[in-house]
Amino acid sequence: MSSPTAAAFRTDIETALAQGWRARSLYAADGGRVVRVLLTGPDNQTRLESVVPDGEGSVPSIVDLAPAMGWDEREAHDLYGVGFAGHEPLRPLLDHAAPLESWTVPVRGHDPYQVAVGPIHAGVIESGHFRFHVVGDKILHLDARLFYKHRGLERAAEGSPAASALNVITRACAGCMVANSVAFATAAEQTLGLGATSGLARARTFLLEIERVWNHLNDIAAVCAGVGMAAGNTYFLGLTERARRLNMNVAGHRFLFGTVAIGRSDLVLDADALRSCARELAEINAAVEVGWRELAFNASFQDRLDAIGIIDAPTIHRLGIVGPPARAAGVVDDIRTTSPYPNYASFVPVTPSTAAGDVRARLEQRVLELRQSFDLLDTLLDSGPVMPAVAVADADRQPIGVGLVESSRGATSCVVESAGDAVSRVRLRTGSYANWPAVAHAAAGNLLPDFPLINKSFELCYACADR
Amino acid sequence: MFTLLRDLRRLRRDLDLPRPERGRSLAIRHVDAGSCNGCEHELTLAVGPHYDLQRFGLGIVASPRHADVLLVTGTVTTRMHDALLVAYHAMPEPRRVVALGNCALGIGTLGTPDALIGPVSDVLPVDLIIPGCPPTPERIADALLKLIDGHLPPNESTNEAPNERAPLGS
Repeated sequence: MSSPTAAAFRTDIETALAQGWRARSLYAADGGRVVRVLLTGPDNQTRLESVVPDGEGSVPSIVDLAPAMGWDEREAHDLYGVGFAGHEPLRPLLDHAAPLESWTVPVRGHDPYQVAVGPIHAGVIESGHFRFHVVGDKILHLDARLFYKHRGLERAAEGSPAASALNVITRACAGCMVANSVAFATAAEQTLGLGATSGLARARTFLLEIERVWNHLNDIAAVCAGVGMAAGNTYFLGLTERARRLNMNVAGHRFLFGTVAIGRSDLVLDADALRSCARELAEINAAVEVGWRELAFNASFQDRLDAIGIIDAPTIHRLGIVGPPARAAGVVDDIRTTSPYPNYASFVPVTPSTAAGDVRARLEQRVLELRQSFDLLDTLLDSGPVMPAVAVADADRQPIGVGLVESSRGATSCVVESAGDAVSRVRLRTGSYANWPAVAHAAAGNLLPDFPLINKSFELCYACADR
Repeated sequence: MFTLLRDLRRLRRDLDLPRPERGRSLAIRHVDAGSCNGCEHELTLAVGPHYDLQRFGLGIVASPRHADVLLVTGTVTTRMHDALLVAYHAMPEPRRVVALGNCALGIGTLGTPDALIGPVSDVLPVDLIIPGCPPTPERIADALLKLIDGHLPPNESTNEAPNERAPLGS
């Protein structure tokens, strides 16, 4: 956490990356007077490197060393005015007043043209803009412009105590609410010198996994919709509804809002609740297997999935892609393997039999992960009631805390900086934020009519990325 | 496929949803003006098998040109403001605006002022509000049925939006 010179900053990061560390997050703090990079080691140990902008408000870019930080640098520039020397061209990301030419990549060739889609999409879908460069039906390149839903949530959370800040961060995204909130709470607890007890860890594990269950069900339904297979879509939407009703029954809210707090958990599952929850999960699990078998034997559905929207392992590593899309390409990477929560102690990530990194692999990955979550939940529910729990003050207060969580969409990091009793800076970098660049890469070379399917196979949140 | 259809038919039989009294319809165009995606998830399930809004003639359509109702979620962000107005102006008249969820109503708004315009009523004339964070599919379905049955206060302002400006590109 030193403030080295600009040259040393780059050298330190280069050395860390060579030693197997990866850049997880880059953000401007203190109103743009410092830029920090969150690095995680092979066992997801964390460390921050900082650099102070020079007289012209510029720091050296690290996008050549860690391309995954491309969006982060563009965001820091657009929101905090930090320059990144060497990041050329530094395209606008949140600056929507910027002209088209400034944020799109020039595409030349024989008769290429652009297809503009959004920000309003043809369905019940979040807002975002896609600009396809195509020849006929073939996508040559895709520029995605998100952040239409930027609400300034991080800044709104800053300046208040951790508990109030959590109320803001928790509403960044309904789909990844538990994951984002646990990441924030973990980071905030570090700044307060608090550590999770096994009871608190168990309650949070339960919430994280039932959130993953309804999201994966929703995402399988979405892939069916992407193919136009109404029966499969409706079937899995029905299961999503059951999972959300289960959320309501066990935790009092269909999206589990209000279940994550700083330093404590109020979740109670008595013997009856454990039994009914386990029974409902077992029924959903069995129904998933029925649905999955039906999809497997539906030739017209299966014909659409192979070898489209491929994102291979080298690209995954280069762009820092996380979560199901990474594992579907054979990159075994899951924050749960290094989680301090006891229920994840024996967790081993799975990958599909053919980890081709295509739409089929990403769909199969959801089913494999669902089975794991059902198993995890089964074991968890079998080990006694869930009771209210509190964190323990077992460490010194830290100026900066870091929370890492595997959401249903991938690794999510949250950095919380504190000043006195208030949160002075929050940076929430979700799995969706990490993976949006992958959608553009996966789309290139495919047909425009396959894009909805490719997009649905990632099923990323816009709200999570835009904040 | 047959198993899926059989299971879905069984689900529908068990649910025994009441049939509509008469044949009418409303076409809905949804616009996310800055939500957390919760309202979208619930709206998706309102047209799913457990609620099945289509049986009342309520359908989500792909274009504002085909829509009777503009269903808006989220506090309107500065970046979605123009697109929301373009969608509204693209609709044929008569048209109705529904604000879905607490954020769209300006209840407990979260965010920084320079990123947000405000509740939907700051931008468009709102005919129906559906509060909730997010409202459940049941509540969404109930409210939209009121709209189709015409149980609405007369609204004289549907042809004229406050804060009106020319659509983009004109």
